[in-house]
Amino acid sequence: MNGITHLEMYQFVSLMLLGLGLFGLVRRRSLVGMLISVELMLNGAGLSIVASGQLTPASAAMGQLATLFVMGLAAAEVALILAIIIVVSRRFGHIESNNLRTMRG
Amino acid sequence: MIFYLTGGLIVASTAMAITRRHMVHAVIYLLFSFFGTAILFYLLGAPLLAALWVIIYAGAIMVLFLFVVMMIRTDATEEVMFPLNQWLPAAIFGAIYMAVGAAVVLMTPGTEVALPLMAGSPREFALYVFQNHWLSIEIVSLLLLVALVGAMSLGRGKGRDRTEDEA
Repeated sequence: MNGITHLEMYQFVSLMLLGLGLFGLVRRRSLVGMLISVELMLNGAGLSIVASGQLTPASAAMGQLATLFVMGLAAAEVALILAIIIVVSRRFGHIESNNLRTMRG
Repeated sequence: MIFYLTGGLIVASTAMAITRRHMVHAVIYLLFSFFGTAILFYLLGAPLLAALWVIIYAGAIMVLFLFVVMMIRTDATEEVMFPLNQWLPAAIFGAIYMAVGAAVVLMTPGTEVALPLMAGSPREFALYVFQNHWLSIEIVSLLLLVALVGAMSLGRGKGRDRTEDEA
């Protein structure tokens, strides 16, 4: 483990989460699966922010605060999107993103 | 050592979460990924954030996911694998992002020196947050409230419309 610091290892893990989440977002068909992928990407973002805050001269509390905001944002986003998914499944009977074409209110 | 174990666990469970066809399985693997992230937070010296991560993500959000997955009909058997020409671009985009990010991390000067871990105790963190950034905390909580009200009105109103349309 010469040359690679802890910070870089943490950033690699969070990058991997980001890349896998992006892959899943494009690959998944159902809306729930896409939402799961978005959650994974946010997970990686939080990990990256905390690692940067704790392992660099930057303020540690600031990094934790930013991750707290990411958490609140993710909670709000999940609540709204799951409500939208329920409405979509009630109206169309399925949640396949390929087959959703109409967006009438 | 714990870091390598946990990092491997996170990446593996993430890979499982995006490839499982059954949605409930995917949610359970997502749960493992969140637990691993919480352990990493604890290792980084942020115990309050680790606890919050377990409570909010692994607790609340996962329960919400499970409820919705069980409420709606997910046709798990119908979710067939994409043909190669459809998931190859996805894999390429993911790989490009990972490569660019790795290059950025490696080429940034100053990352060679290993810095000491800064531990932030819950008390210090709470004092910092509520002395300097109370307004942002209030804004985030307001955002959560608005999202909650929006979700409720969305779920109830549209359902009633639809039953009236069908009837």
